Amino acid sequence: MTTVSSADHTRRDFLYIATGAVGAVGTAAVLVPLISQMNPDASTIAAGAPVEIDLAPIAEGQIIKVFWRSKPIYIFHRTKKDIEEAQNVNVGSLPDPEPDSERVKPGHDQWLVLIGICTHLGCIPLAHQGDYDGWFCPCHGSQYDTAGRIRKGPAPKNLPLPPYAFVSDTKIKIG
Amino acid sequence: MSGPSTYQPTNRALQWLEKRLPISGLIHSSFIAYPTPRNLNYWWTFGGILSMMLGIQIITGIVLAMHYTPHVDLAFKSVEIIMRDVNYGWLLRYLHANGAAMFFFAVYAHIFRGMYYGSYKEPREVLWILGVIIYLLMMATGFMGYVLVWGQMSFWAATVITNLFSAIPGIGDTIVTWLWGGYAVGNPTLNRFYSLHYLLPFAIAGVVVLHVWALHVAGQNNPAGVEPKSDKDTVPFTPYATIKDGFLMVCFCLVYAWFVFYIPNYLGHPDNYIPANPAVTPAEIVPEWYYLPFYAILRAIPNKLLGVIALFSSIGILAFLPWLDTSKVRSARYRPLYRQFFWLLIVACIGLGWLGSKPPEGIYVILARVFTFYYFAYFLIVLPLLGLFEKTKPLPNSISESVLQAKA
Repeated sequence: MTTVSSADHTRRDFLYIATGAVGAVGTAAVLVPLISQMNPDASTIAAGAPVEIDLAPIAEGQIIKVFWRSKPIYIFHRTKKDIEEAQNVNVGSLPDPEPDSERVKPGHDQWLVLIGICTHLGCIPLAHQGDYDGWFCPCHGSQYDTAGRIRKGPAPKNLPLPPYAFVSDTKIKIG
Repeated sequence: MSGPSTYQPTNRALQWLEKRLPISGLIHSSFIAYPTPRNLNYWWTFGGILSMMLGIQIITGIVLAMHYTPHVDLAFKSVEIIMRDVNYGWLLRYLHANGAAMFFFAVYAHIFRGMYYGSYKEPREVLWILGVIIYLLMMATGFMGYVLVWGQMSFWAATVITNLFSAIPGIGDTIVTWLWGGYAVGNPTLNRFYSLHYLLPFAIAGVVVLHVWALHVAGQNNPAGVEPKSDKDTVPFTPYATIKDGFLMVCFCLVYAWFVFYIPNYLGHPDNYIPANPAVTPAEIVPEWYYLPFYAILRAIPNKLLGVIALFSSIGILAFLPWLDTSKVRSARYRPLYRQFFWLLIVACIGLGWLGSKPPEGIYVILARVFTFYYFAYFLIVLPLLGLFEKTKPLPNSISESVLQAKA
């Protein structure tokens, strides 16, 4: 416009910068709650507290399934035969090499505690199945041995171990 | 505005796209080169603010729907979980609840601006009627959203509003049962309200597109109420309207944020923090502030059917405004008598809003009747006659003339 003076320019420039700055800061700030709200809420986090499991009722050779943080946890009371099978493997030949001693707590060889989620694509492997007396995943045929290590199939890793500790000889705390 | 856009992007990728889908040309001609009257004042920024509020309500609403459970046993609890457990849930819910109030505040500013400057007159009748439809959809959406909280006020608002339809002779009860999906407001009612509360904002967005389309066909009205005649009367949308809209949007957001962060429950009713109880009606039932004038009209009429008719007519009458106002002069600037009646209407509407929050007894009823009478008289008597008898001031020859006269 021909009637616009330089004083008008200054005022418009100021308004541009002030409006843009407040608008940009406000929009950026509002992204925080919009993104954060999708993360687990306080009740979900509280429900993910550690759980204690009594091992006494689990018979030798039995596998039970408990839940911690919505994940299935397998607790396997291994027999002597299971332990020997797990220990007498050439660790170097495994897809994800790990000795049995790293899969259990010292002095508690008979207790194998692991997260029952196949490392391939997240299905729950079936217990006491497959060629290695451990687990067999029905989705894509991964097989795990009596230490929960991957032996065959598309899964890349051994079944993961949850954080846990022995509270007493017959009780563990997961989490 | 007239004919296809002559806009040619300089970017080669945009040129490629423009040949196949002329979207950047559409944006350019609608929001950049679009000629806006050079005399628009800040009352013209509420259209942009309303689009922003619709966007904010849809975004916060979609987020709240991720955490809300539409079931009579869980709805109230899930709202409390949003307030206490969900990350920033309190903020998102307060943004949505206060956002509704800000949305209605802006729509009232927008409507009354249209009335003051005669924006509903030929050739903008369809534009105006589309606006009335948007307002109706907003009222339905706001009401159903309020019910979702499933507190005491929610439940009894749902009961009272749905019972308005029971006034229809003969088939009223059948219609109300159909609305409820039961013998009273209950889980089926809550479920359908949730479904519709999610749907209607998108319907509003659709009508907003038509509203803006109609606006861009007729062009904007302006404070002088005379159409732009030459290039001297208009300025391009960007930067002039963009900065003006943007500036007031940001100011509007500051007020909005003040409500959200400092007085988030100021506009709400404390009883809505009591879970819905179908066995006990709260001692005092009032709607949200933006419905209060209509509530006052309903209670001003001592007959159930007539009260409901008055309530719906008070909104429906707006659609006929372009033909009820017989004056050819648009802007109240040049209509000295009209201007006084207009401000009386504002007094009546605010008065009705105040009376809607008062108990229906004594002087309050009498005042509500006076204001209700004036509300309808304004549309049915004052406007048709004023056009015939009012001596209007001379109109400026053009927008630029009116601007330069004011400056001189």
